[in-house]
Amino acid sequence: MNAPLRRVAISVLVLFTLLIINVNYIQVVRSDELRNNSGNTRVLAEEYDRERGSIIVAGDPIALSAPTGDRLTYLRKYPQGELYAGVTGYYSLVYGNTGMERAENDVLAGSDPRLFVRRLADLFTGRDPAGGDVVLTLDPAVQKAAMAGLQGKTGAVVALNPSTGAVLGMASTPSYDPNQLSSHHPQKIRAYSEQLDAADPDPRNNQAIGERYAPGSVFKVIVSAAALKAGYKPDSMLKAPNVLDLPGSSATIRNFGGESCNGGADQSLIDALTVSCNTAFAQLGMDLGEDKVRSMAEAFGMDGKKFQIPLSVTGSAIGDIDGKAALGQSSIGQLDVAATPMQAAMIAAAVANHGSLMKPYLVDQVRAPDLTVIDRTDPEEFKKPISKDIADQLTTMMISVVEKGSGKAARLPGVKVAGKTGTAQVGEGVPDHNWFIGFAPADDPKIAVAVFVKNGGGTGGGVAAPIAHDVMKAYLDGQGG
Amino acid sequence: MAGPSTDPRGAGAGAAGNAVPKRRGTEAALLGFAVLITVVAQCIVDVTVTGSLSTELATFSAWIAGLWVVAHLVVRRIAPYADPLLLPCVALLVGLGLAVIHRLDLAGQQGEKASREDAPVQLLWATLGVALFVVILVVVRDHRLLSRYAYTLALLGLGLLALPALLPGSISEVNGAKIWIRLAGFSIQPGEFAKICLIVFFAAYLDEKRDVLALASRKVAGLELPRGRDLGPVLMAWVLSILVLVFERDLGSSLLLFGIFVVMLYVATERASWLLIGVGLFAGGAFIAYQIFGHVRVRVDTWLDPFAYQDSTGYQLVQSLFGLGTGGLFGAGLGGGRPDQVPVAKSDFIASAVGEELGLFGLVAVIVVYLVLVERGLRTSLIVRDAFGKLLAAGLAFALAWQVFVVLGGVTGLLPLTGLTTPFLAYGGSSLVANFALVALLVRMSDAARRPAAPHPVPLQQLGEAPTEVVKP
Repeated sequence: MNAPLRRVAISVLVLFTLLIINVNYIQVVRSDELRNNSGNTRVLAEEYDRERGSIIVAGDPIALSAPTGDRLTYLRKYPQGELYAGVTGYYSLVYGNTGMERAENDVLAGSDPRLFVRRLADLFTGRDPAGGDVVLTLDPAVQKAAMAGLQGKTGAVVALNPSTGAVLGMASTPSYDPNQLSSHHPQKIRAYSEQLDAADPDPRNNQAIGERYAPGSVFKVIVSAAALKAGYKPDSMLKAPNVLDLPGSSATIRNFGGESCNGGADQSLIDALTVSCNTAFAQLGMDLGEDKVRSMAEAFGMDGKKFQIPLSVTGSAIGDIDGKAALGQSSIGQLDVAATPMQAAMIAAAVANHGSLMKPYLVDQVRAPDLTVIDRTDPEEFKKPISKDIADQLTTMMISVVEKGSGKAARLPGVKVAGKTGTAQVGEGVPDHNWFIGFAPADDPKIAVAVFVKNGGGTGGGVAAPIAHDVMKAYLDGQGG
Repeated sequence: MAGPSTDPRGAGAGAAGNAVPKRRGTEAALLGFAVLITVVAQCIVDVTVTGSLSTELATFSAWIAGLWVVAHLVVRRIAPYADPLLLPCVALLVGLGLAVIHRLDLAGQQGEKASREDAPVQLLWATLGVALFVVILVVVRDHRLLSRYAYTLALLGLGLLALPALLPGSISEVNGAKIWIRLAGFSIQPGEFAKICLIVFFAAYLDEKRDVLALASRKVAGLELPRGRDLGPVLMAWVLSILVLVFERDLGSSLLLFGIFVVMLYVATERASWLLIGVGLFAGGAFIAYQIFGHVRVRVDTWLDPFAYQDSTGYQLVQSLFGLGTGGLFGAGLGGGRPDQVPVAKSDFIASAVGEELGLFGLVAVIVVYLVLVERGLRTSLIVRDAFGKLLAAGLAFALAWQVFVVLGGVTGLLPLTGLTTPFLAYGGSSLVANFALVALLVRMSDAARRPAAPHPVPLQQLGEAPTEVVKP
């Protein structure tokens, strides 16, 4: 019986070797994957044991950790809930963290190298390690005006300080309550999440930076910039027919509502922008050629690349343009041209800042738990799409839009406002998207803003411009201007 | 594998009269080491989780040390030639298990509602286990006596196995498996004891019938197949396993019983054809079970893609994998992880708690300790002199191996989950006590195997085999 016994002994050895190989596979090869799996709440649970830093807007925390009596020492709270949800994101036992909670997690959790000295000190003094605070650039008045304007709509508002790139407001609707995703009750978290899943669109999608839409006539600012760069002047005359036949295709381009721009006669560039003449800009784009339009769009940041503010902003792009007819349509911001509201705000900001596009940023300061500032964001130029001359000419043209054209709803008493409306066609029977970009005061820009209302159904001037008006007013009032 | 302590030369040439090393000193030293690890593990758990040593630590240490001193003294007295590694392996596993259960108790107490402390209960069960260990060593002075009671034990085993199925579900059913008897706050899994009774019976039965079962009738493709009518016993074992699966919904015990029987049949007859027949029957049974029984299908589907079911049936396994993955190479340290996030971590999933807190090194160490235990058991089987003893030791050792493989394989996603307990390590009275009985029998047989100058005539056949038992430095 010994021969089979030996074989049994060897088989047992083989079986156990299999176990050991499998354990190696799980604990070594798949270790990182399992550790970082969003369903794995261990790392998170460990974080709940230390006091996570706050996210602060204008001196008030919009996300903070409050001590609790239960087994997870701290509960994450968002005192203003929906108002800042798109920025803060949530900090969930079940779904991990998103938004700022994720982007600045190292600071908030206290593991950032900039907090190293402090952590070392904690080690020796026996203090419980705590996370650092993140102070945001947001302005509460801007944020509130933006959310109030978007009430009941799906859309986004982005407001930038054009001279620094600081994000003054970033609103996305529909919004949600991050408190309910950050509680300590997995069942309730799941139930709330399912409720959000069922909504359309999911309120957790950030419309301001995570979604792209056809910008419509807002794109005409970029085409205008390309034209000015190519030697056109604001008073250069453009063909502005009532109906534009697109070459090599049976399609035609008409103006909004079938109106004519100038009775079918030629029209100056500034006037074409003021009334948002589709036929003139489609023809202008085709005259300029794809290269000039594309390179100008890319110069403004529509190069398809995502970037961090530190939230990740989806890349905007003008897409493939197949032939002249497509170029005509793309030149009025239709077809495959797609921009995030953040990108739209950047267009306004670049014009406002004399052609220099500052890199948008949300984090003003990083503070240690003892409130000493350990890092501060220095504004930096992101891109330089146009010269000061061209920027100033565009400003003049955009002032005309607000004073005489489609953007009258954005006028502010005593302050010059520059802007551009957009009404993007989405499809047969689907309400149009409504846009407005602009900045104020036009002669000394302090705020650049983009408003997007998804399927708003009206015009950019009718639906989006009033919201921009409120947002700019809220900011300028607060600045004592 | 083979230390000098198992050198069986003395067993073969006992007539020379020279003293065979008893190795009791080795056992004592190793037990001391196991106790040291047990106590240190308790201290680490206390300090890490609560920040101070618990007041019961001294009592606990004295108690656990006392247990192994008693066990050691009894072995020294009435099984002096026993394998010196068996008991220390058990002591280490039990001690580690106690530390992990204590650690999970503390995690439970931090929760919103205070949970029952299981570690002291487990210590009581361990005490009971050691008591049974002693009783078996005292009562069973010669393991061959057991074969006389083979049929009684078979009946007892079948009765224990069938009992939960016959009882109303309110008493016997937990989480869908009808394998319990729950009375007055205590839960007993009679299947654990049935397993040992049935192994004794299998050994006796196969010892008696092995010549017949080894008869081959025809050769097919180079393989000697048994006669049709000799298929009876293996079919019986198969039917028994299927019955367990149907009436108790216990995939683990079903797999365990059938596996043990087939391997013992193979050892008894030395015919690989039995293995193939066993594998064939198993495959057939598994296929039918998958088709017919929803609970088997759920287990298999969950095993194939646990992450697809991570919010439902796969939750436990996925949490276990998260724990293991987070533990990584070195683990979070005792008390440093979150093993309480895995449901029923104290019993079924204790291995994932070990993997999370002691890391890959800790878990592999535990697997190796099991391997040592099993291989020492198989070695006992190799050197014991009588056929019944060989079969019994092989059956017991393999039962341990198979159970460890199936459980750890389940917890780590290598096999579908079955719901068996991890021997010695996991919380659970019946499992612990029954496995002490199992080890008591192995200790008894290893003593018989290494005891020089057998007082009874050695059968010729064994003498003929002696050289194969001798070598192995």
